[in-house]
Amino acid sequence: MKILTANRLMDGEAVWLAADHSWAETIAHADVATNADAEARMEAIGAQGIAANLVVDVNFVDVELIDGKAVPIRLRERIRAAGPTIRRDLGKQAAHGAESAA
Amino acid sequence: MYRYDEFDHAFVAERVAEFRDQAERRLAGELTEDQFKPLRLMNGVYLQLHAYMLRIAIPYGTLSSKQLRMLAHIARTYDKGYGHFTTRQNIQFNWPALKDIPVILEELASVEMHAIQTSGNCIRNVTADHFAGAAVDETADPRPYAEILRQWSSVHPEFSYLPRKFKIAVTGAEHDRAAIQTHDIGLHVKKDGDGKLGFAVYVGGGQGRTPMVAKRIRDFLPEEDLLTYTTAIMRVYNLHGRRDNKYKARIKILVHETGTEELTRQVEAEFAALKLSGEELKLPDADIRAIENYFAPPALAERAEGWASVVAERKADAGFDAWLRRNVHEHRHPDYASVTISLKGIGEVPGDATDAQMNAIADLAERFAFDEIRVSHEQNLILPHVARADLKAVYDALVAIGLHTPNAGLVTDIIACPGLDYCALANARSISVAQEISTRFGAQERQEEIGDLKIKISGCINACGHHHVGHIGILGVEKKGTELYQITLGGSADENTSIGQIVGRGFTAEEITDAIETVVETYLANRADKTEDFLAAYRRLGAAPFKEALYGTEARAA
Ligand code: HEM
Ligand code: SF4
Repeated sequence: MKILTANRLMDGEAVWLAADHSWAETIAHADVATNADAEARMEAIGAQGIAANLVVDVNFVDVELIDGKAVPIRLRERIRAAGPTIRRDLGKQAAHGAESAA
Repeated sequence: MYRYDEFDHAFVAERVAEFRDQAERRLAGELTEDQFKPLRLMNGVYLQLHAYMLRIAIPYGTLSSKQLRMLAHIARTYDKGYGHFTTRQNIQFNWPALKDIPVILEELASVEMHAIQTSGNCIRNVTADHFAGAAVDETADPRPYAEILRQWSSVHPEFSYLPRKFKIAVTGAEHDRAAIQTHDIGLHVKKDGDGKLGFAVYVGGGQGRTPMVAKRIRDFLPEEDLLTYTTAIMRVYNLHGRRDNKYKARIKILVHETGTEELTRQVEAEFAALKLSGEELKLPDADIRAIENYFAPPALAERAEGWASVVAERKADAGFDAWLRRNVHEHRHPDYASVTISLKGIGEVPGDATDAQMNAIADLAERFAFDEIRVSHEQNLILPHVARADLKAVYDALVAIGLHTPNAGLVTDIIACPGLDYCALANARSISVAQEISTRFGAQERQEEIGDLKIKISGCINACGHHHVGHIGILGVEKKGTELYQITLGGSADENTSIGQIVGRGFTAEEITDAIETVVETYLANRADKTEDFLAAYRRLGAAPFKEALYGTEARAA
């Protein structure tokens, strides 16, 4: 199971590809690919995002479903989704609260 | 301090304008990321986990109050109210938006600062002893030479596309506080038998995945030959350094694979050839002295009253007394001292300072320290020249902003890289580990009982946190999706540089602080006496008692 992530070009903000093809600021809105077709589709939208200079550094992230939520397997991606663990007052965890929790 | 001349101003202004144009074209979609990335990196702009990161050079770690206030202003206006001082005497901002970076660079240029050559395969910010110009054990201030190297290496056409990044450090003192033997080139300013100034030259030190201690290839290089000899080293490296494999591209690998003797021969041959050719860059004495003038020590008036006042003040204030013991260092002028402002409050993030703290320190430097601040590679700030009579006032002001922790050189004075909390390359967190260890050992009495002990933590093998040369080093790795920490023991980055040895299997995030405590307790139980510090004890005892303490019982139980 995978989600597609990137950083927004203008400000570097970590973003995730949402089901409506927009780039969401929180992982809670990430679209989850459960098969190769979905992955291919998302990859194509990611490439469009790069071509349109909306995002950079587009990558798939492996996730598992926990309580219906897509949670990245790697700590790295969980920290990216929430913000620094050592500064809970910064990053998405501060701006978006539970939506950023991974 | 060094002041930009017209050339410097024009050069930096041109670069800022160029970057503004590049960033605008990128945002307008006229440049692709592949085209833009090398351009932004040349200006210190990285992309990290959460955002862009801007690395600003602080040449040889020297700042004026005005410059520090500008950093505070940038932190407040364009970032999230703080900056991170690094082991390379630079500062990093973790949250700037790309669209704001051109104006940040413009603001920086107005105080003679920039972010050029803080990334990429070029000669990076030249670092120096943070007590330069103040230390009692100094032969000469290393900063004029660092400045000469900075000017020479800035957009040097021949050395802007090296096989890999290149780092130079200079010390002017016998006791090496600049870690010169862990650098690509390390220079030790010294005098020859006739009292002439020159350098011992070290080459091929480095950390990263293949840590190496630099080799001394010249016992004495006359001052005037600094640039010619450095050019010779760079040429040999540029020609023979590997470009096929970035993990083998640093000069340390070339030195290792070529052999010190043969490499020295090649450098000396190139040096001799340069001298014969018209390309020699012999430094005229007048030019060196002119640069030196920029770094002339401030006029230090006699302030002998401080000797008596400090005695009374320390009696009345135990906190001040502890701070004097740890954070105040002998100065070449007996009425003065150098002060370490610890950015390592107990349980805090090593190296971070808020905008308010930066402003307050800038004020302090202006009032009490001749307008000078230094950044140490140990991620602290330094006031190099403070009259003893003013120490109490400085201390009280630091208490007011929470930066009076009396722990310089102690177990809680930890170097830590940004690690997985910020860094895109990280395998594990490092700051959180530093905070936990700091909290565990935070009691002042216990710290002082343990004595001098350097813990250094990196979140991956790139070793930005200097773990290889920590008395206790901690390296974060990723194992099956979780963080694991390896301990190395016996590293050191001074004049007796050594690379720490891995002690055994790693520890989880939950276990690592206990493991460090076990190591420290083992030292305390085995040291000859209180004067034998951790490193000396380790060098005498070897790893065996530490391994036994960490793994012995577990091994027997299994
Ligand atoms: C946050 C973004 C950073 C990135 C992407 C980064 C990247 C790297 C890489 C790839 C290396 C290994 C170079 C090699 O072995 O050839 C390295 C080494 C190093 N970095 Fe960083 N680093 C970062 C932050 C820092 C910070 C915050 C500091 C200072 C605290 C720092 C100081 C150093 C030092 C001292 C070394 C080892 C010395 C050497 O070059 O051998 N870096 N870095
Ligand atoms: S050591 Fe690794 S984790 Fe730490 S800052 Fe350097 S690259 Fe990042």
